[in-house]
Amino acid sequence: MSPVLAGILQLLALVVALGLSYRPLGDHMARVYSSEKHHRPEKWIYKAIGAHPDAEMRWPAYLRGVLAFSAVSVLFLYLLQRVQGSLPGSLGFVSIDPDQAFNTAASFVANTNWQSYYGEQAMGHVVQTGGLAVQNFVSAAVGMAVAVALVRGFARSRTGELGNFWADLVRGVVRVLLPISVIGALVLVACGAIQNFSGIHEVGQFTGGTQQWNGGAVASQEVIKELGTNGGGYFNANSAHPFENPDGLSNLFEIYLILVIPFALTRTFGRMVGSLKQGYAILGTMAAIWIGSTALMMWTEFAHNGTAFDIAGGAMEGKETRFGIGGSSLFAVATTLTSTGAVNSFHSSYTGFGGGITLLGMQLGEIAPGGVGSGLYGMLIMAVIAVFLAGLMVGRTPEYLGKKIGTREITFAACYILVTPALVLCFTAASFVLDTPAHSMTHSGAHGFSEILYAFTSGANNNGSAFAGLNADTQWFNSTLGIAMLLGRFLPMVFVLALAGSLAEQRPVPETAGTLRTEKPLFTGLLVGTIMIVAGLTYFPALALGPLAEGLAA
Amino acid sequence: MNNSVGNTGRVLWAGLRALLVLTLVCGVLYPLAVTGVAQLTMPGKANGSEIEDASGKAVGSELIGQTYLLPLKEGEEAAAPDLKWFQPRPSNGLGTNSVNTRYALLLSGATNRSGDNEDLIRWVTDAKAAVVKDNSTADYQVKPSDVPADAVTSSGSGLDPHISPRYAKLQVHRVAERNGLTVAQVEKLVADHTDDRVLGFIGEPRVNVLKLNVALKATVAAEG
Repeated sequence: MSPVLAGILQLLALVVALGLSYRPLGDHMARVYSSEKHHRPEKWIYKAIGAHPDAEMRWPAYLRGVLAFSAVSVLFLYLLQRVQGSLPGSLGFVSIDPDQAFNTAASFVANTNWQSYYGEQAMGHVVQTGGLAVQNFVSAAVGMAVAVALVRGFARSRTGELGNFWADLVRGVVRVLLPISVIGALVLVACGAIQNFSGIHEVGQFTGGTQQWNGGAVASQEVIKELGTNGGGYFNANSAHPFENPDGLSNLFEIYLILVIPFALTRTFGRMVGSLKQGYAILGTMAAIWIGSTALMMWTEFAHNGTAFDIAGGAMEGKETRFGIGGSSLFAVATTLTSTGAVNSFHSSYTGFGGGITLLGMQLGEIAPGGVGSGLYGMLIMAVIAVFLAGLMVGRTPEYLGKKIGTREITFAACYILVTPALVLCFTAASFVLDTPAHSMTHSGAHGFSEILYAFTSGANNNGSAFAGLNADTQWFNSTLGIAMLLGRFLPMVFVLALAGSLAEQRPVPETAGTLRTEKPLFTGLLVGTIMIVAGLTYFPALALGPLAEGLAA
Repeated sequence: MNNSVGNTGRVLWAGLRALLVLTLVCGVLYPLAVTGVAQLTMPGKANGSEIEDASGKAVGSELIGQTYLLPLKEGEEAAAPDLKWFQPRPSNGLGTNSVNTRYALLLSGATNRSGDNEDLIRWVTDAKAAVVKDNSTADYQVKPSDVPADAVTSSGSGLDPHISPRYAKLQVHRVAERNGLTVAQVEKLVADHTDDRVLGFIGEPRVNVLKLNVALKATVAAEG
């Protein structure tokens, strides 16, 4: 079988697996976020928090919960790294410097998992397992909570109440993320991922002498890293490291984990707004962009344009033998179209166009299917914009899901789509105007530009993958990327929750003959077009200077 | 004002308590439970898939690639490959210890070089010439077009334990000659250690270099 055919079959296998879990998982999540019953362990947790899980919150209260929890998380994770050197179970690793500790804390709380450190030589068991891995769970659950709050905004009328943040947070962790993680972690161990708490130890080598490894709770962290679209690797090589991603099967399973919740959330959305078809329209948009991008990526990587790849006879630089071009392309697209940022191959060594596809995936706003929760709310914001554009064309006040999209609503949506481009482009420009940041680049010319553009695109969109030639462990990059990650995560959430509150207060508008049918394929097409136009208008000049210039020269 | 400060304090306090409880659940109970089950049911895999040679000595992990080099000679910048053994992929991006220099930890890493990068072009060109030269024997001439891409490029982790079946086959004549084995013997070893795609389409066909070399060593010992 040719590698191309094997790659296409792997894509089909993913489509089938995601299709099979779409209904049960989507319906399960709808029940989780709608049920009035609390499980016993959850009641203990609410007691410990001092929260009343049945108390409804309006959007400012919901937002306060999100921000307070995240602020405490940043502080806790920062302090944990700063005192690592004195903690037991840290393998004797030293404490992390202030700028890097801030960057890492911001990164993991913002669901970005950008890493300016080498996992295996910087972070011990306590920080990895008790700090970073915990944020993999809770930052994902926060994203899902905000998405569910927005869905409730569409589903509810004349109330302004969006649910209870603490209940949504705890249920997301206990009823969705944890059960899948336990099973998934054992699947990964069965493939060969390690799961132990051994210290640094010597292992004999074939030609004599020894090599030094550190152990770790890798499988348990790997699974939630993908499932929660986090992406922070235990080791520097991330999911290219054989202990994180041992074979072709674990690779396909990890890609599945990345995509399964974001896709299934469209079913949850359809269920909660009372029209499964509305969910299918959103699903169709996500799937079209995902499959299209994957096809383009496989085409350009198998074609391997580029001087070094031509000499080598294939674009295998930075790719593992066991995954090949197909398994690597699938992973690269899945990780950049979601907010994951885990990598099983190194994007900087992709072809010029291949690198461009990873960049564009993030610049679309990571909505196809996007991060857990953030993908759904990002896509719903784009749907609001699309409805608005359609309304402008026919001169009619736009509605979406029975809610009027008025000045207030469109203002929040517009603010949402301005945040990340502003962060990406301003910080990238500043990095080139200033004297020292450019010293961090490995490449000069178009690829060097891409390194820095990629860093801020990845940070502000909460992806976390990198054109890793860039030495990002400098005070400039640690602090600016930290700020970009926090603002890129939490400012959009403010606008999403404000929009949700405003929608929930409205009374529903009855559907008439003039209502845009947002459950039809025509709307899916309009939505894809809107996404492309918004991202294209924003980023085309920057892309032209980087990956397009490189790809066209090759 | 007082009320709002008190309110903010209350929410932050709730946030801290939520974080601590969830840290206990997700950062302590969950990893311990998974580790417990994994260690009880799959200890070999959970501890790094170590393998032993015929004499029972641990020789590494089947998942972690190794180098098979001659001892560094005086005046050499880098040690030369020991051509008796099957050679792995290059690993030009393998990280070096810079933070915790008290350890000689195995660090993973890629070169992160782009297709038009001069370093990468030079590395690939040199590697290709070396592969052609090293693997050509008196009665077997390697052509540059025979060399597969994985033989001249570094992997993502720098620890890739595998090579493609094409690269393994390319090394057969050399390995046979250097070890005093017949080509057929070595070809059989390669065939025995070639793994196909899972279910015929997942992943890529590959040869585990360490396992192959362990088997090669055992064959040589049996012959000798």
